Amino acid sequence: MNNAEKPSKLDPTSRALLVAGLLVFAAGQYLAFKAPPDVQQGYLIRILYVHVAAAWVAYLAFFVAMTYAVLYLWKQNPAYDRLSAASAEIGLVFMLLTLFGGMMWARPTWGVFWTWEPRLTTSAILTAFYVGYFLLRHAIEDPEFRAKAAAAAAILGVVNIPINYMSVYWWRSIHQTATIDIINRKTHMDASMLVAMLVNLLATTLFYIAFLRIKGAIAARLAEREEWDG
Amino acid sequence: MKTKYLIGFLIIIAAIAYLAFGGLGNSLVYYVLPSEYAENPARYEGKRIRLGGLVKEGSIRFDPRTLELEFVVTDGVVEIPVRHEGTPPELFKDNQGVVVEGRFDGKVFKGENLLIKHSETYQAPPTGGYTPDEVHRLIEEAK
Repeated sequence: MNNAEKPSKLDPTSRALLVAGLLVFAAGQYLAFKAPPDVQQGYLIRILYVHVAAAWVAYLAFFVAMTYAVLYLWKQNPAYDRLSAASAEIGLVFMLLTLFGGMMWARPTWGVFWTWEPRLTTSAILTAFYVGYFLLRHAIEDPEFRAKAAAAAAILGVVNIPINYMSVYWWRSIHQTATIDIINRKTHMDASMLVAMLVNLLATTLFYIAFLRIKGAIAARLAEREEWDG
Repeated sequence: MKTKYLIGFLIIIAAIAYLAFGGLGNSLVYYVLPSEYAENPARYEGKRIRLGGLVKEGSIRFDPRTLELEFVVTDGVVEIPVRHEGTPPELFKDNQGVVVEGRFDGKVFKGENLLIKHSETYQAPPTGGYTPDEVHRLIEEAK
């Protein structure tokens, strides 16, 4: 319990990222509340600004988890395994936020909290996959075997993302298709709404990078201590 | 191997397999269009299905006292009368995309659950806000 060395504080870059994230998030929320209501659903559209931002970070985090998993298998450096796990963990938290925000939005607009339509079903599979990822990590005690199995799972998990993203185009769904339509290069929203959405996306991305750095540093410290204790 | 995590892991694998092969298979054809029903009505008779389409303009009849809601779902080719009990959702109106869960009772579709399918387009109201007249009309409609 009594560490001779005092644990160091946040590194300056992480702190700067957190502060920047908070400022941009405040600006994003201000813009979201200033943005006009939607002609169809009124002020309910405000859920979009956090829902899309959370979903974006979940996708990004799972993709980064895969990238670090590939790096681990290539270089065999335990740091990459820790960063892969850290990114997957943040991704899972943001995925759960996406599901929660989505349910809050679905009830007043669609009429139900949940329905087994393609986007929601593939989201449930995606979420369950990363819950399984952490159970797998906890189930294996040998660090090297754990890292390799987790890397394989993190690479496999990314397959879920294009399926989840494209589900609204491939199959009949109740979930609306993307408002920023990358496929047809069109944006279906008022400029002021779009700006508010993009600022919120930037804010959550800054949070994500800061969280990943902090989580990675904590994991490195824990690994160091484990080695110390034998 | 830590057994309890391994058991949890296997449960998750089973859940994913169930969702992927059972759940996804069912949700791939999330709703049936009226013209698809018309091609082969016998296939859907008595079965619990989802019927998807647009609310035909001027077809909505709602009795606030009995909560009986009647409207016509169309895909531009075939029209199907729907009977549903309950207050319609806020976004329910003419030409709105809907998905109705329920079953066919003869020619009429008996809805048990009414879902709204709204578009991915978000626009401010034309004037940048509701005019007092519009607000008044909305209040009247909500009564």
